[in-house]
Amino acid sequence: MLRFLPFVLKNSWRNRRRTTLTIVSISVSLCLLGVLMAIYYAFYFTDATPSQALRLVVRNKISLAVPMPVSYRDKLRQIPGVREVAPYQWFGGVYKDRRDPKNMFPRFAVEPDKILTIRGEMQVPEEQKKAFIQERTACMVGKTLADKLNLHLGDRIPLQGDIFPVNLEFTLRAIYDAPENNEVLYFNLEYLDQALGQKRWGQIGTFYILADRPESVPRIAQAVDDEFHNSPVQTKTESERAFQLGFLSFLGNVKMILLSICAAVTFTILLVSANTIAMSIRERVREVGVLKTLGFTRGTILTLILGEAVAIATIGGALGVVLASFLCRVVQQGPAFSDDLKHLSIQPPVVLTCLIVAAIIGLISAFIPAWNASRISIVEALRSTE
Amino acid sequence: MAIPVTYNLRNLVVRRTTTIMTALGIGLTVAVLLAILALVGGLRSSLQASGNPLQVLVLRKGSNAELSSAVTPANFQDMKFKSGIARSSSGQPMASLEMVSVINLASVDAPQGINVTLRGISPLGIEMRDSLKLIAGRWFQAGRREVVVGESIQKRFPAARIGQHLHFGRGDWDVVGIMSAGTGATNSEIFGDLNQVSSDFQRPDALSSVLLRATDPVAAKALINDIAGDQRLNLDAMSELDYYQAQTNSGIVIEYLGIFVSIIMGVGSSFAAMNTMYAAVARRAQEIGTLRVLGFSRGSILFSFFVESILLAALGGIVGCLLVLPLNGVTTGIGNFVTFSEIDFNFRVTPQIMALGVVFAMVLGALGGLFPASSASRKEILTALRGV
Repeated sequence: MLRFLPFVLKNSWRNRRRTTLTIVSISVSLCLLGVLMAIYYAFYFTDATPSQALRLVVRNKISLAVPMPVSYRDKLRQIPGVREVAPYQWFGGVYKDRRDPKNMFPRFAVEPDKILTIRGEMQVPEEQKKAFIQERTACMVGKTLADKLNLHLGDRIPLQGDIFPVNLEFTLRAIYDAPENNEVLYFNLEYLDQALGQKRWGQIGTFYILADRPESVPRIAQAVDDEFHNSPVQTKTESERAFQLGFLSFLGNVKMILLSICAAVTFTILLVSANTIAMSIRERVREVGVLKTLGFTRGTILTLILGEAVAIATIGGALGVVLASFLCRVVQQGPAFSDDLKHLSIQPPVVLTCLIVAAIIGLISAFIPAWNASRISIVEALRSTE
Repeated sequence: MAIPVTYNLRNLVVRRTTTIMTALGIGLTVAVLLAILALVGGLRSSLQASGNPLQVLVLRKGSNAELSSAVTPANFQDMKFKSGIARSSSGQPMASLEMVSVINLASVDAPQGINVTLRGISPLGIEMRDSLKLIAGRWFQAGRREVVVGESIQKRFPAARIGQHLHFGRGDWDVVGIMSAGTGATNSEIFGDLNQVSSDFQRPDALSSVLLRATDPVAAKALINDIAGDQRLNLDAMSELDYYQAQTNSGIVIEYLGIFVSIIMGVGSSFAAMNTMYAAVARRAQEIGTLRVLGFSRGSILFSFFVESILLAALGGIVGCLLVLPLNGVTTGIGNFVTFSEIDFNFRVTPQIMALGVVFAMVLGALGGLFPASSASRKEILTALRGV
């Protein structure tokens, strides 16, 4: 069969303009499909990173927006398998101008020494670590964020409170570098407590727990929720990965939106490809007659035409994957909305799926015209005037 | 002289299969755009229906959501008798102190639970919501652990039906009624007695917000300035309409995604339209030659093929509209980052959106048709007539 390959390729390159247009059209659509699949893959198929796999998040069962008593920490620490417990308070607030999306980054009030233990993957120079731990009004930001906002050590960073009725001003003392969550500002919980003064409330938004082994994570989650099952404030504990996905589901049915757009895109490519193949076969009916007189069998003709369609679609698919990887770079530059999108890239399984989808589309779209062409009688084919 | 449009229409009919396939391809692109616009449009209209321009919402200074705000009963007493506040039928000032919290309810399609806004409110507060109607059961009674749920809550949560109980705060609450606010955001809320709810959440002194009704638009402006300038209160006031307007931000992520996807799909389908038109031009070479012989100018041939491409695409646009029409009225929910809970609303496929879809399709057709049309007009009469 392979000896027909040059023939197939020559044929597909005969009407250059049409083939180019088809390939471009397929590759643009498949590039979109690739990016959407990459997003889907990043959200739902990516395993937790090694450091992530050790962390759990505890929150009030009612909602993330409702805090829980900070006193829970002591009980959390006694649960076997818990290496460290770190309180995490979402501060919200406004940095400079709220309307600039660049200024929207997460800010957490934390205990500096605990955060450095729990997020062991963060790279911070030793003296910066010390300054961040010792100075009450110090803060630490991720390297990507520091570059984006052009922040340098020693800079003053004011935050206007919205959830909390206080305005805080920090001094940037440390810049960390981490493979994930690189656009966050951490500051000292004690500073927030003192600023709140008598309004200090003894409540906390979330606790992060560091487990001793990834295997103990489910057990710890269960143990924490059991511990507070009969308390006035119940908790919900889940792995950090599950917690992030839960936040995502808040945006609406992301899974369904992604899948339905993917389906629409796939169907559109199918139509485009079917249309072109049908057009090109219709023009070539007479040639099919010639091939038949030369002794080509029905099956060979069917294979030749299908082969041409698959070749065009797969080339379009391959180009689409290349385009998609460029588009992923663009998505990475977007606002710090989800950490998964910050590292969006086309993974091998996505590449494979794209190519397979393209090949299948080529096959399906060519089948009916190819079938008809292969069955046409020689006389009829030769008489065709198209 | 121009070539009659019927010539183009008939040509589209003759090449049925190709026409349908190309139109369907453009139609799907338009459908994706329209579905997203209908979603965002539904969200907008729901939030717009929720605000009354005469009403003023008072929150703690610096806070931009009821959930993160705090107002004391003492603040409320200070505010109640400010000038410019309308009076209710019974002569009371139209001012409502409210407490807002978020509770988590499990539903069939979301077993892990969905966040829902719970509002502690007084009868006067209910009266101030003009569009709010009780559609089944009765209102809650003061001092009782009873709640009235919004229409879409009732649809989504099996536990939120009349006669059932909801478990939150410190115990069970009886569902005694169902309310509807038309398309407004209150459909996704649960109402209970202010005193009961605030004591259950241990917040009798830290309530969320105050809603005031001004006598007229000028008084509303004055009231906003008056409260914001009052040093004792340390509160901020805004028009209720503006408050809900700001929440439409939740739809922005999805809107951007939709526009991004439609543009890329649009590029793909305009190439497909180009392909179809090139094939049409190639096939009709002799026709083009004949037209030229009959005396039609190059310009009118260019125009004719251009129009045909736009017609083809407009057909696709109409197909797209038909495809999304069944979505109209379908209810969906989306997370609202201001209230930290879900807001339910209906897809709205409006005539404006559909018109936009058809225009989008026609732009795609124009882009795809330009080059084939110009190549048609450049054909020499002799080669065209001779051509296969």
